[in-house]
Amino acid sequence: MSDQHLILLAVMLPFAGALGIMLSDRWPNLREAVTLVTAACTGAAVIQLYLRFTDGAQLAIDLAEPIPGLALRFEIEPLGMLFALVASVLWLITSIYAIGYMRGHHEHHQTRFYTLFAIAIGSTLGAAFSGNLLSLFLFYEILTVSTYPLVAHSGTDEARRGARTYIAILLSSSIALLLFAILITYTITGTLEFRHGGILDGKLDPAWAGILYALFLFGVAKAAVMPLHKWLPAAMVAPTPVSALLHAVAVVKAGVFTVMKITIYIFGTDFITQAGASDWLVWFAAGTILLASFVAMTKDNLKLRLAYSTISQLSYVVLGALLATNISLVGGALQITMHAFAKITLFFAAGAILVAAHKTEISEMNGLGRAMPITFGAFLIGSLSIIGLPPFGGMWSKWYLSLGAVDAGQWLLLTVLLVSSLLNIVYLLPVPLRGFFGKNAQGTVTGIREAPWSCLVAMVLTSLACVLLFFYPDPFYELAVSAAGGN
Amino acid sequence: MIDQNLSLLLVLIPLLSATVTAVLPSARAAWLLALAVTWTCLLIAAWQLMLVADGSVISYELGGWSPPWGIEYRIDAMNALVALLVSGIAAITLPYALRSVEKEISQHQIPLFYALFQLCLVGLLGIAQTGDVFNLFVFLEISSLSSYALIAMGEQRRALTSAYQYLIMGTIGATFLLIGIGLVYAETGTLNMMDLNQRLNPILNHRTVHTGFAFIVVGIALKLALFPLHLWLPNAYKYAPSAISVFLAATATKVAVYIMLRMVFGVFTDEFVESTPTDHMFLLLGVVGVIMASAAAIYQTDIKRLLAYSSIAQVSYMALGIGLSSVLGVTAALVHVFNHALMKGALFMACGALVYRLGSSRFDHLYGMGKRMPWTFVAIFIAGLSLIGVPGTAGFISKWYFVRAALEQQSWAIALVILLGSLLAVVYVWKIVELLFLRPLPEPDTQVQEAPASLLIPMWVLVIANIYFGINTELTVDIAETAARVLGVGS
Amino acid sequence: MIDYILGHYNYWIVIFLMMSGFYTVISRGNLIKKIAGINIFQTSVFLLYISIGYVTDGTPPIIAKGYSIYANPLPHVLILTAIVVGVSTTALGLALVVRIKDAYGTIEEDEIHDQDHSL
Repeated sequence: MSDQHLILLAVMLPFAGALGIMLSDRWPNLREAVTLVTAACTGAAVIQLYLRFTDGAQLAIDLAEPIPGLALRFEIEPLGMLFALVASVLWLITSIYAIGYMRGHHEHHQTRFYTLFAIAIGSTLGAAFSGNLLSLFLFYEILTVSTYPLVAHSGTDEARRGARTYIAILLSSSIALLLFAILITYTITGTLEFRHGGILDGKLDPAWAGILYALFLFGVAKAAVMPLHKWLPAAMVAPTPVSALLHAVAVVKAGVFTVMKITIYIFGTDFITQAGASDWLVWFAAGTILLASFVAMTKDNLKLRLAYSTISQLSYVVLGALLATNISLVGGALQITMHAFAKITLFFAAGAILVAAHKTEISEMNGLGRAMPITFGAFLIGSLSIIGLPPFGGMWSKWYLSLGAVDAGQWLLLTVLLVSSLLNIVYLLPVPLRGFFGKNAQGTVTGIREAPWSCLVAMVLTSLACVLLFFYPDPFYELAVSAAGGN
Repeated sequence: MIDQNLSLLLVLIPLLSATVTAVLPSARAAWLLALAVTWTCLLIAAWQLMLVADGSVISYELGGWSPPWGIEYRIDAMNALVALLVSGIAAITLPYALRSVEKEISQHQIPLFYALFQLCLVGLLGIAQTGDVFNLFVFLEISSLSSYALIAMGEQRRALTSAYQYLIMGTIGATFLLIGIGLVYAETGTLNMMDLNQRLNPILNHRTVHTGFAFIVVGIALKLALFPLHLWLPNAYKYAPSAISVFLAATATKVAVYIMLRMVFGVFTDEFVESTPTDHMFLLLGVVGVIMASAAAIYQTDIKRLLAYSSIAQVSYMALGIGLSSVLGVTAALVHVFNHALMKGALFMACGALVYRLGSSRFDHLYGMGKRMPWTFVAIFIAGLSLIGVPGTAGFISKWYFVRAALEQQSWAIALVILLGSLLAVVYVWKIVELLFLRPLPEPDTQVQEAPASLLIPMWVLVIANIYFGINTELTVDIAETAARVLGVGS
Repeated sequence: MIDYILGHYNYWIVIFLMMSGFYTVISRGNLIKKIAGINIFQTSVFLLYISIGYVTDGTPPIIAKGYSIYANPLPHVLILTAIVVGVSTTALGLALVVRIKDAYGTIEEDEIHDQDHSL
């Protein structure tokens, strides 16, 4: 199969799958099979693309040209390849999890769920492979719109309000700030292509570079930099598989991925450093890291605590992008991968606790770990990876980000990173510790069994991945280095 | 041979057919004839567009009298696009109208309805085709009079007062246009647009010419529903029969935008416009219109009125494009003329489907209906996204060009107003989405069914057109740009 | 000065009629009176056209032996068309008023407004 067709296949498969899912509405088992098969094939296609890419193939394809001079373009570059690998592999695992969760929780409108899920993943892959800012914007918006019904899924008043916050923040920021920034860029440079070294050098007065970058950074509200972060906790009203894949992996990662792409390929690291564009913006990222961690500590609802943890962890990537050195960019790119696997494990566990024990508040989870050892074990592994301890993958991203901070001479930021690790311990570890060692006064632990088996399978897979990524981060590491433009 | 007479046939066929339709005995026969005629017009308009798409011009002399003495039909890319749009919307409204009209209008009046519809079509097509200003006035009045009558055929009694109010305001507007034409004729002695352009050139500083220009602009602005001359629109769109809301919302104001462009830039030239405060006036009124109409839309409790206020806001965007007075600005306005017709056509069709099944377009009668009428709901969702300007839809292309036109002239404030308008659109579109999709169904559940296929299919044709023209913009953008250059805009 | 004012008497008449007509439309609440106002307004425009079509020492524009200067026929033709338009508008307006009277029982604007908004 030719390179162009393979790219098209990888992006179109999820959409075709969505159609198949819609048509198999009457036969739930067939419908689930369609999801799994599509996810597996998509994963295979993306891996195949990866193999060709590392062999040195130039993979690009132009589709329609909605605006004269600006085509809908797919072009594979290292960062996008990294993101696509993470998203497609995790789609398969999440599908396995979702089947167990949706059936175990007796959720309604399951067809709608799986259909929109597939569309959302399709848009994620479209965003990952975008060859210019217009295509990226297109898939970014499709992702927002297709995830709205998923957030509002349960149809309760609370879901309605949460979904409203979700769409209000994401659409407003993308139209008022991101589109504005894109149009300004196009007006100044006459192009929206992604190029190494950026397209703005020489075209934009450095004094304005900071403002334009700020427009981009806050316009990409999916990166959840404070104060545009509220949509993330609001989206926790969604069913847990949605929170897991979309709000730990696809949607949020699309946000930070966009920030990194803009940093590397629109602005260019040299231009940013020379213009001092990010000098004041790093403090928003650093502030987000710390403030979100503090808020996480106060939350008793497990999903909300994980949401704020995500906000904090996302700003690690943003920090890596803003520091704009080779090493910090490697750190940021690696964080995309490591955080994805670790956070999804945590969300899988949270969902399992909900389905099996009907508990959402941490204070009610004392001793639960003794009845659900695998679930809480997975949670422990995920937490340790987020905290950044060896032998878990999260250590590598922390390591390179810290090195990046040192490289840029930002000692205060280094301190922020270290403090944040400590805070991670404070708000994450109590959960498994209570679970395993907590005393349960009411004795409600009896009668609770482990989560459905497909949930367990998914959790174990992602936990193993966290460990595996410590010993073998090479595929992602090499892509990250290549993206950062290093050796 | 037919080639040369195309432009006239476009106006003649519906005119003759209207008289026949009025005397047909049965409603079905009237519908069939109207259907055949509108589809024929569509084919003719498409043929005509193909002939002029490369920038050439068709010139047809009525009665064999050569211009500037005789009336000339002068077709260039811009006219042809507008003519195609009007006939296209008419062609798609007819299949929709079959069931919708039968439900809303009594049987014996239906042939008269279709006769009036075709007269309105004659008027709009005539405005698009003509190259003579007085001919323009006549066709404008033909389309307006038939619109007043069509609106008055709505089911509720407020349709009558809405039509009356529109009649009074519309006649004043048309008379203003007539005064302007008279003054300009007094100065130049000609009524042919091309000739006017040449003859006005040396005398553009005369006060009479300025006065004439002012009257013409105000007269057209009323048809355009430019703030503050928009007061007739909300009631007119709300109380008209559903098919007429679709047709008028998608064509009447758009044709008025076209004629404003033709008069302001084609006859009076952009240099003249810039030497007067006119372009600033358009910008100011456009800005106010966008903000106030979008804000008004947010507070409505009835879908048809909400969409009517939204239309006023969208037309204000086009006014901004005119005010920016550049190739990009005019391109943006023309592209939006086309795209908005698609969006509003789809939205009003969906609204009409809701009215067909539920008898009302008020919010409190529509809670949760999206679950019972999923196809209608998804149509509203996608057309709503187009209204907001989400990429992948036609609305995005319009927004893109508008903001680019503003940025090209360093008007940061205008660019931000355009984006603010999109944000306000998010609010009122999402109001409809939430109301239809997330509210619980009323008790007791009345088992409402999805709209019939003859309403759904035209609706979805327009929805798919929204997406198609968001991705393949050859027809709209290329022709709009050609038209803008032909108009001679741009300093 | 006086010559100027007297010489342009046609324009003064036009302005007077135009403003009276317009004022009638705005200020009168009776629907038929509004239509009457529109008629006056339109008549002023007709007078405008015709009066500017006059050529000094011109005769009505009918070709006849012995006459060489004719008034401009084009405004006459335009006004005929405009009169027809005006008549149609008046007819339609009055028809609407009849139907409104059937539906509301009144043709006073404020009473209709009250009936509509008291629901």
